[in-house]
Amino acid sequence: MKNLDVLIRARNLTKKYGDFLAVDNISFEVLKGECCGFLGPNGAGKTTTIKMIHCVLPPTSGELTAAGMNVLEKPREIKSMIGVAPQEDNLDPDFSVFSNLIVYSRYFDIPKAKASDRTNYLLKFFQLEEKRDVIIDQLSAGMKRRLILARALVNEPQILLLDEPTTGLDPQARHIVWDEIRALKKQGVTIILTTHYMDEAAVLCDNTLIMDNGKIIEKGAPATLVKTHIGEEVLEIDHDERIVHVLQEKFPRARFEVIGERVHVFTTEPHGVFTEFLESFPLKNATIRNANLEDVFLKLTGRRLRE
Amino acid sequence: MTLLTRIASYFKPPRLTYRLWKVWRRNFDVFMKTYKVNFFPPLLEPIFYLVALGFGLGAIVTSIEGMRYIQFIAPALVAISMMYGSFFECTYGSFVRMYYQKTFDAIIATPVSVEEVIAGEILWGATRATINSTIVLAVVAAFGLVSSPLCLMIPLVAFFAGLTFSAIAMTFTAIAPNIDFFNYPGFLFITPMFLLSGTFFPLETLPPPVQDVALVFLPLTHLVKISRALILGDVSSSLLLSVGWLAVVTIVFFVLSLNLMKKRLIK
Repeated sequence: MKNLDVLIRARNLTKKYGDFLAVDNISFEVLKGECCGFLGPNGAGKTTTIKMIHCVLPPTSGELTAAGMNVLEKPREIKSMIGVAPQEDNLDPDFSVFSNLIVYSRYFDIPKAKASDRTNYLLKFFQLEEKRDVIIDQLSAGMKRRLILARALVNEPQILLLDEPTTGLDPQARHIVWDEIRALKKQGVTIILTTHYMDEAAVLCDNTLIMDNGKIIEKGAPATLVKTHIGEEVLEIDHDERIVHVLQEKFPRARFEVIGERVHVFTTEPHGVFTEFLESFPLKNATIRNANLEDVFLKLTGRRLRE
Repeated sequence: MTLLTRIASYFKPPRLTYRLWKVWRRNFDVFMKTYKVNFFPPLLEPIFYLVALGFGLGAIVTSIEGMRYIQFIAPALVAISMMYGSFFECTYGSFVRMYYQKTFDAIIATPVSVEEVIAGEILWGATRATINSTIVLAVVAAFGLVSSPLCLMIPLVAFFAGLTFSAIAMTFTAIAPNIDFFNYPGFLFITPMFLLSGTFFPLETLPPPVQDVALVFLPLTHLVKISRALILGDVSSSLLLSVGWLAVVTIVFFVLSLNLMKKRLIK
């Protein structure tokens, strides 16, 4: 069972700011080689958890270890085996693309020649070779993101922490970043990411932890969560009392939710039941789609705005 | 928490390793990218002062303590360049790196600690003081205003005085809510110090209470004394008091600024 080594372990982890509990007594494990996603609305405690893992925020209580080392005791050792791509762009604007990676390598004590080789490799991997001597200001948002990912890899980390890796990117850039993350996973890097995009989590993560108000409210593989909480298919139709009534009789075990002008019907019955139904009752503006992680997320965390 | 333990929490001795030089090196690399621009101000500014005050004002001021006026102000210009070089580097410069560029956040995600980042910044501020004042010294020497080989100790003095001003500056940076805040220490601390530290007229001409304030609270007063002694070759044992005063202030503010920054950046 060598693939089931636990790399990161949190036990009753808590972070308090005054009376505010940013992270409230959470426990979780991240296995070696897996991609684990932290999902949750703004202010759920995702970034705080990430920052505690890479030893920038000290936990208030509880235990947090990475590769068996406690974050409070061995911050330097842990930080040297972790790569971090933060939410905010903190590339060094005083340097070119190439120098950004070289200067960052120095902080890890990487010898000059090795840093230079590694930088060239990473610029190639992230398709940034042409921008090698360009100053950071002149990069597009997508290029900056890729450079931040490249920078997170200068120390050949065993663990990669990605805090909202694709926020603000156009679809093309997003897919490139996804491909790169998948390639890294194949190389055996353990990845922890936070995201607001459920499709991103579904595509990339083996395991997800859904957080809300500082607590982990659910965990599991994306597909399993969808099956358990939502089911197979979702029918979306315009809100109409009579139609809802018919549907409720036809699908007594389905869950109904009114969202604005639309009604969502969630069923755990096998694929095709809605299609069959629509064949006999053709409804205007009806859509059938697969249940997804976003449905799970909204069911568990509610639709209320957080900020 | 009692008051005493609270105060003690601001003076915890830092744990530093060689890694602080990596932060210094980062700033040095940036400096060298634009070194031509960086060398201009310390080269030109003393020339303006020497011409305007030395020749202009000097023409109507009779000799001070047996020397020409331009000779009297020359060592002060060297000392002032140490103060400006380090103070502005560790206020505006460090604040921009910390607050706008998030450079400190990026570095503390690596094995370099917060304390090492701040210590590296302070050492860099001291280096700026050394570079600037060495250029000013060369200008002053070119005007024929250096009369002792002891002046060769100026770069060393500049480095340590640079630590003093950098540490004080970093303390302000640690508590600065925004960049405009630096107008306060600039206006209430640096400007009066520039004028009242025995720079452009002897300290003794000030009313005695002001003299006392200058001696007790203004580091530049002590630095001007030391610079004048080394450049004019008039060293006495009373300088030890100035050296001691600067050393104590440096250590206190160095440790304080590191602790304040740690509290600011790691919550």
